[in-house]
Amino acid sequence: MIDTLRLTAEEAKRLLEAREISGAELFAAYAERDDDLHAYLCRCDDPGGEGIPIAIKDVIGTKGVPTTAGSKILESYVPVFDSTVAASCKEHGLRLLGKTNTDEFAMGSSTENSAFGPTHNPWDPERVPGGSGGGSAAAVSAGLAPWALGSDTGGSIKQPSALCGNVGLRPTYGTVSRYGVVAFASSLDQVGPVAKNVRDCAWLYSIISGRDENDSTTVEVPPVELPTAQDLRGVRIGVPKEMNDAEGIEPGVSAAVGKAIELAESLGAEVGECSLPRSVEYGVACYYLVAPAEASSNLARYDGARYGLRSDGADFREMVMNTRHDGFGDEPKRRIMIGTYALSSGYYDAYYGTAQRVRTVIRREHADVFERFDLIVSPTSPTVAFKLGEKVGNPLAMYLNDLLTIPSCMAGLPGLNVPCGLSEGLPVGLQLVGPQFAENLLFRVGHALEQALAFDVVPERLR
Amino acid sequence: MSGGWEAVIGLEIHVQLKTRTKMFCRCRNGFGGGPNTQTCPVCLAFPGALPVPNRRAIEETIKLGLALDCTIADRAVFHRKNYFYPDLPKGYQISQYDEPLCAGGHLVVPTEGGDVTIGITRAHLEEDAAKNVHVAASGRLHGATATLVDFNRGGSPLVEIVTEPDIHDAETAKRFLQLLRQTVVELDLSDAELEKGSMRFDVNVSVRPAGSVELRTRTELKNMNSFNFAAKGIEREIARQVAVYEAGGEVQQETLHFVPGDEESPPTRSKEEAEDYRYFPEPDLVPVHPEETLVARLRGEIGELPGARIRRIADTLSFYDADVLVTGGLDRLWSALVEAGADPKEAANVLSNQFVAAGVDPAAVDAAELAKLVGARAQIPRAAFDEALARSGDAGFSAAPYLEQKVVADASELDPVIDRIIEASPGQAEQFRNGKEGLLGFFVGRVMKETGGKADPRVVNERVRAKLTR
Repeated sequence: MIDTLRLTAEEAKRLLEAREISGAELFAAYAERDDDLHAYLCRCDDPGGEGIPIAIKDVIGTKGVPTTAGSKILESYVPVFDSTVAASCKEHGLRLLGKTNTDEFAMGSSTENSAFGPTHNPWDPERVPGGSGGGSAAAVSAGLAPWALGSDTGGSIKQPSALCGNVGLRPTYGTVSRYGVVAFASSLDQVGPVAKNVRDCAWLYSIISGRDENDSTTVEVPPVELPTAQDLRGVRIGVPKEMNDAEGIEPGVSAAVGKAIELAESLGAEVGECSLPRSVEYGVACYYLVAPAEASSNLARYDGARYGLRSDGADFREMVMNTRHDGFGDEPKRRIMIGTYALSSGYYDAYYGTAQRVRTVIRREHADVFERFDLIVSPTSPTVAFKLGEKVGNPLAMYLNDLLTIPSCMAGLPGLNVPCGLSEGLPVGLQLVGPQFAENLLFRVGHALEQALAFDVVPERLR
Repeated sequence: MSGGWEAVIGLEIHVQLKTRTKMFCRCRNGFGGGPNTQTCPVCLAFPGALPVPNRRAIEETIKLGLALDCTIADRAVFHRKNYFYPDLPKGYQISQYDEPLCAGGHLVVPTEGGDVTIGITRAHLEEDAAKNVHVAASGRLHGATATLVDFNRGGSPLVEIVTEPDIHDAETAKRFLQLLRQTVVELDLSDAELEKGSMRFDVNVSVRPAGSVELRTRTELKNMNSFNFAAKGIEREIARQVAVYEAGGEVQQETLHFVPGDEESPPTRSKEEAEDYRYFPEPDLVPVHPEETLVARLRGEIGELPGARIRRIADTLSFYDADVLVTGGLDRLWSALVEAGADPKEAANVLSNQFVAAGVDPAAVDAAELAKLVGARAQIPRAAFDEALARSGDAGFSAAPYLEQKVVADASELDPVIDRIIEASPGQAEQFRNGKEGLLGFFVGRVMKETGGKADPRVVNERVRAKLTR
C-alpha cells in the first residue's frame, strides 16, 4: 500500500529503483485518489515509464493537454508545444498526473477566481488553499501528487504552500524559463516547485532551472545542492521588523514564526533585526501598478482570432469586444482596466513610471540588508487559511494577503516557504528570502529548520 | 517657391531586412510559400510564446545607422506598442521608443546645386505586421465580407528611419529616397523593392511663409509606391496647402491614402485619430548593449557609399550622369570601363541608355570586352551593338564577332540607295524642301531599313540632307 500522503519523491525514487513498487502502481496510487478538493482541472492517463508523477499548474503549457489558465477564454485551448519546464520534466521521465486549478490567469490569492470553481484547503475544506496556485499546493498536501509545479508573480507559490502546510520555492527571477507559460506579468512571473519537504523542492528546482535559449531573460544557474546540514552555524539571519510586526499579522502566526526564529538561533544562526520600511509600505501599491500594466498587454492576444473562445461580432472590433467580455472573469477585467489606465498617455509617469522607480528603491533596500545578512525571515502570509467567500467581495483585503510575499518578488529575489507550526489547527508558513541565486542557502536553512521543527505535513483530518 | 511659401517635408521610411529568419522567432523570413506556412507559436502569439531577438537584424540596423552617420546607442531598449488589429496577433508590436539603436545622423544628398544635408532623427528596429487580405465574391476590397490574415510576413524585421523636417522640395525628397534605397541595397540589408513592399515610406508635408521658422499643421501622405509618384504627390500637396492658406483657410491634420500604383486616383482622406499606444519597455527582452568591437567591425565593412561616389564621379562627368550611374547601380562597371580605356562620357551614355535597356546584371559583365565595344560603337551597326550588349553578361562573352560587323560609311556605297529612295518619294522630298524639316527622319529611316541597319546613321543623315537641299 503506497501512502501518498507521506511519500516523498526521493523515497518514491528509492522504492522504484529497488523494484519494491512499479511505475504503474505508483502512478495509479495518485490517479485513483478522489479529488474532492477540486485540486485538478484535468487529470491524465499514465503515459508509462518508471518516472515520478507530477502535477502541473494549469498556466503552464503542456502539449496535447488542455491548458486553460483557469479562464473560460482558454477553455478549449490545447497547446501544440510544451513549455520548456514541461519538456524538462518529460526529459527527466516525470509523468503528468494532471493540470491543477488556479485563479484565472494566476490573478488571485485564494483560487476562488478560477472560472471553473474554487479549490478547497486539505486541512479544512471550508477554507481556501491560497492562490493563485491553490490547486498545486492542495494536491501535494492531500496526497494527490508527490510534488507539483506552480508559478509565482506576487506570492502564488509561497502563499498557497503556507496555507496548505508544504514547501514552495519562488526562484530567483531568470533562473527558470517562462517559455510556454501563460504570461500574467512578464517581469515578475517565475515557475517554481511545490513539495512535501525541502530536499524534494531542491531536486525539482534542479530539474526545471537553467538558461533557456527561448527565454531571453534566463541566465546560467549555479549547480543545485541537495541540503544535508542539520545546523545553521555561520548563517546570519535578518528579521525585518516591518515584516514581522505589520498590522494584520495574526498572533498565532507571529508566535509560530517567533518560535522558528528562536530555533534557528539555537541551531547556531546569528539573528539580528533589520528594516525594509519602503519595501513594505509601497510594495503592494507598486505591485498593483506594474503587474496589471504588464497583464493588460499580455492579455491582449486573447482576441478570439486564432485560438480559444470566439464570440461572434459584426466586425473585427466587435468580435474582440464580445470575446473578451464573455471570456474574461471580473479579476482579469479589473486588472486590464487598472493596467491600461496606468500606461495611458498622461498617466504613465505618475503611475507606471513611478512604480518602476519605487521598484528600484525596493531592490536597493533589499541589497543593503543583504550586506549584513545572508537571508531574511518573516511570516509568508499574515494569516492562516481564511474561509471561502470571506474576502471575495473585497479585492483590497485580498490584495493585502500578499503584503509579505510581494516585496521580494518585486526585487526578483528567491523565497522559500517552510511550514513552521499550527495556529488554530491550520498551518503557518515561514518565509525565507535570500539575495539573487541564493537558492542553495535557502535549501540549507530550510532543511535544517524542517528537521528541527518536525512539522507533520499531513493534514490532521487526513491522518 | 512661388508666392513666398516654403515647404517643410519629413520622411518616415520602413525597410524590410532580408535576414534568413524573422525578428523574434526562427521562421523563414521572405516571400514564397503558401499563406501561413512560415509561422510558429511565437509569430502567431500563442499563449506563453516568447520573443528572442535576431542578432543579425540588430547588427544590420547598426550598420545602416553607421552608414547614416548615426550615434549607436550604448543601451537600446525594445518597447511594446499596444493596439488591437487583426494583423497584430499579440495585440502589441515590439518596436523601439525612447532608446532606439541609432539616432542623430544625417545623409548628404548630392544635387545639381550642391550637397543637401538631411538630418536623420533615428533608425530603429521593429517587427512587421502580418498581411490582411480582404475577400468578397467580387475579389475586391469594396464590399468585402471577410478578412483573411496571412502571418508569413508577421514578425519580419523592419528598420524604421525617420528624417528631420529638413527637406523643402519634392525633388530633394525623391533624391533622398533614391539615395537611401541605393545605400540599403549596396549594404545588402534589403531588396528595398517598392513594389514588393520591402521598402515603404510615408511623407509629412506642411508649408510656411518663406523665411519663417514656424511649423504649421502637417498632412501625412501614405502608399506612394514609386519615387516619381511621391514627387508628384508632394508637389500637388504643397500646391494644395498653399492654395488653402492663400484663400484664408486652415490646413487640417489628416492622412492622405493614395491608391498604390494608381497615380491618377485622388487620395482618400482620413482624420488622424489620437491613438494612445501605451508604450512601455518590453519585459520579455533585456536591453541591447552593442559592444564597441562589434560596432567597429561593422563600420569596417562599409565601403565608399553612393553619395560619396556621385560626388567623385561628378568631377569627371556631369552631375546628372554621375547620379544616373550611381543610383542605377552602374558606376562600378563604368569605372571598370574607363579603366579599360573607354571614353568616360561615351561609357556613361552607353550604360545609362542601351545597357540599361538590355537588362543585363552589371556585376556579370567583363569590362575589358565591353570597353572594346564602347570604343567602336560608331563603327558597329546598331542592331549588332544592341545584341552585343544583351549578351555582354554571358559567360565567356567576346566582343570580337561584333567588332567585325562594320557599318557602311562609304558615301559611294550609300549614294545610289539614297538617290533611289528620294526618287521614289517625290512628294515628301518637295515638302522637305518647302521647310518640313521633320521629314529628314523619314528618309534616313528608309535608308537604314534598306541597308539592313548597317549604314552609319551620321553619314546617311549628312548625305540625305545634302541631296535633298541640292
